[in-house]
Amino acid sequence: MGQSASELDFGNIMQIVRNTSHDGEEKIRDRIVSNIYARAEELAERVVTKSQTRNLDRTIDNILTSPILGFPIMLLLLGVVFWLTIQGANVPSSMLAEGLFWVEDRLTDLFMYLHVPTWLDGVLIHGMYRTFAWVVSVMLPPMAIFFPIFTLLEDLGYLPRVAFNLDKLFKKSGAHGKQSLTMSMGFGCNAAGVIACRIIDSPRERLIAVITNNFVPCNGRFPTLILIASIFMGGLAASTYSSAVATSVVVGLVLTGIAVTLLVSWTLSKTLLRGIPSSFTLELPPYRKPQIGQVLVRSLLDRTIYVLGRAIVVAIPAGIITWILANIHIGDMSVIAYVANSLDPFASLLGLDGIILLAFILGLPANEIVLPIMFMAYLSEGAMLELESLSVIRDLFVSNGWTWLTALNVMLFSLLHWPCGTTLWTIHQETKSSRWTILSFLIPTVIAVGVCFLTTQLVNLLGIL
Amino acid sequence: MGLTRQSFGAASLREKFAISTKSGQKIIALAGNPNTGKSTVFNALTGLNQHTGNWPGKTVLQAQGSFYYLDQEFVLVDLPGTYSLLANSIEEQVARDFICFADPDATVVITDATCLERNLNLVLQVTEITERVIVVVNLLDEARRKKIQVDLGKLEQELGVPVVGTVARSGEGLDDLKQKIYDLAKGRINPKPTMIKYDIRVEECINTIEPLISELHLGRLNTRWLALRLIDGDMTIIEGIEQYLGVNLSDSFKSEVSLEWAKVQVN
Amino acid sequence: MTKDFPLYRLHPGQNGIVTRLSAEGLTRRRLLDLGLVVGTVVESIRKSPLGDPIAYGIRGAVIALRKEESSQVFVRAKNS
Repeated sequence: MGQSASELDFGNIMQIVRNTSHDGEEKIRDRIVSNIYARAEELAERVVTKSQTRNLDRTIDNILTSPILGFPIMLLLLGVVFWLTIQGANVPSSMLAEGLFWVEDRLTDLFMYLHVPTWLDGVLIHGMYRTFAWVVSVMLPPMAIFFPIFTLLEDLGYLPRVAFNLDKLFKKSGAHGKQSLTMSMGFGCNAAGVIACRIIDSPRERLIAVITNNFVPCNGRFPTLILIASIFMGGLAASTYSSAVATSVVVGLVLTGIAVTLLVSWTLSKTLLRGIPSSFTLELPPYRKPQIGQVLVRSLLDRTIYVLGRAIVVAIPAGIITWILANIHIGDMSVIAYVANSLDPFASLLGLDGIILLAFILGLPANEIVLPIMFMAYLSEGAMLELESLSVIRDLFVSNGWTWLTALNVMLFSLLHWPCGTTLWTIHQETKSSRWTILSFLIPTVIAVGVCFLTTQLVNLLGIL
Repeated sequence: MGLTRQSFGAASLREKFAISTKSGQKIIALAGNPNTGKSTVFNALTGLNQHTGNWPGKTVLQAQGSFYYLDQEFVLVDLPGTYSLLANSIEEQVARDFICFADPDATVVITDATCLERNLNLVLQVTEITERVIVVVNLLDEARRKKIQVDLGKLEQELGVPVVGTVARSGEGLDDLKQKIYDLAKGRINPKPTMIKYDIRVEECINTIEPLISELHLGRLNTRWLALRLIDGDMTIIEGIEQYLGVNLSDSFKSEVSLEWAKVQVN
Repeated sequence: MTKDFPLYRLHPGQNGIVTRLSAEGLTRRRLLDLGLVVGTVVESIRKSPLGDPIAYGIRGAVIALRKEESSQVFVRAKNS
């Protein structure tokens, strides 16, 4: 009773299978699937009774995916989400900042009372604690508002409608229709967006989705965009409209990100990842009444706290390192000033300065710490400020030579630059390829540098400033 | 007469699926179409006792969790949400392989009460593979809102497997579900699912092939179902048999098979 | 009996009955899995704002298909 005998059996069977289902597998499969569905239909007829009701889903879809209103509503919803986030985050942000900096003062008192050496006081309070306080007060309020609203839209079933509306653009870009879904996931966290790309079967289209996911700003970058939009762009308008102006700027940036996503997808599908879009079907599930309580708990626990925790874990060592770099001197210059100075010539081509560029570089582990590093680096050179309100931040930036062009470039660079460390690591995990990981780093970086360079040169040329 | 196969037990099979179990635990597979509230059921049953990873060798997310009911601990494995088990995507293959090769103590299929017909397609495919099936008709609240009524008793009678109605989001019906899972996994109930009758042409093919397959003694694998897959030209099932049942098929046989497969997958 | 035509030419609001699939291989298998077997009633529900894809009512679910796929499904008009 050896192996050969059994192989023979199986071979025989396959032979007989071929003979019996001679008219080709395609037709036999059609018959099998038809039979199963026929049985399902019969069963459903016997057990389900429907009374005719007005189909509310259809009515909602008539509006949300209408040829005329579909796109304006998407834009409007995007705007409303950001407006609520910007408007709502303002007050709790400054309250948190006030509270946390009050604690800082008490800690300083305590350290003085304990005669803690100045350097340790510096590392722990100005380095570690202050960065922590910044990350929490800048990040927590927008996230605690944005995530629940976003989860709510997700729960309602709106995201597939977005995919339905946008699909043609993705198809034209040679990308998979589900890329608009993975893109939406990127709003929360790009690493999560990259993992979500698994829903795309074709390797070519999955890679495109992975590489371009970074062009939607994740929650680590939102607070940066929102803060800068609020203090610079919002500040340009009368205070009644400032939130509205800031909102339009953020919406504009998101649209820019989507445009770049489509453009890069198109370019990739014409060059490195050539091919035609694979077959695609999208279910538009019924709208569901979301469980408000669950949405709150889930978005706060699973997303907000998780992301904030990650930010803090990265921010604390980064804060310490930055403080040390700002306080160790080479000659009469701190290490930070030294590095920033050497980056200055290149950075100024992009309409940035050395410190901004350095902050983005040091922010590689997590985008959340880019702003706190900027604050610390600027502060280490000047008077000690307690950044309790937006106007103080604005003053700090302006006194360091920022103009609205600098602000615009910082936002563009933040939107388009390299993915954070976690995302890169995830890309490597998902693609198992160093080549694609490196490209995922290089493509956004080149685009960010190029866009900022062109913007700056254009503005200078036109002499708008 | 049978195929030579390496000795295998349930334990080693479960290792191949990266399912960590302690002795005495019962394995429950959770299947269902996308958007049926499958993950709500999963979360409701397992609470915080869950962890996620990947299916071995696949970039498909695997979630498993555990819960106690009465004196029994259960490991719940959340399969990818699929419309079918005909292995047209990696997700479908993963779900199918788990149900047919990992030998779960019960397979729970979550369906959407508002869209039962489409969901029954999957249910019928699962009951072809295994008898130990529980069908959950979820989202009954949505169905009520849309004035859709489902006769659960009749469905149970027609399918020949236990049917539970739930509103997973509010917890309605979940105790009943746990009780049914318990009863089924403990062998207190033995469902006899009603088989699908195919048209004469297909049934003829099955009648020719099935006796030959039963001579191979492939353990718990359902012979009628396997016959259907072979007739269907589904060569991923051959891969599955090799990989999970430790059966070695000769190279010449495999190349013959892959040739056939290539014809089917012209794309 | 009227002649059949590709599914994408079914006007929104109209119903059609599937007569055949011209798709081969994986695409055919996926379309079958959606329930698009011969004799199935399909309703064209709406076009996306940019004209493609089109959402269809298939066996109780709303499923959007791109023209690439829906041109491989043939239907004849159903008078309801």
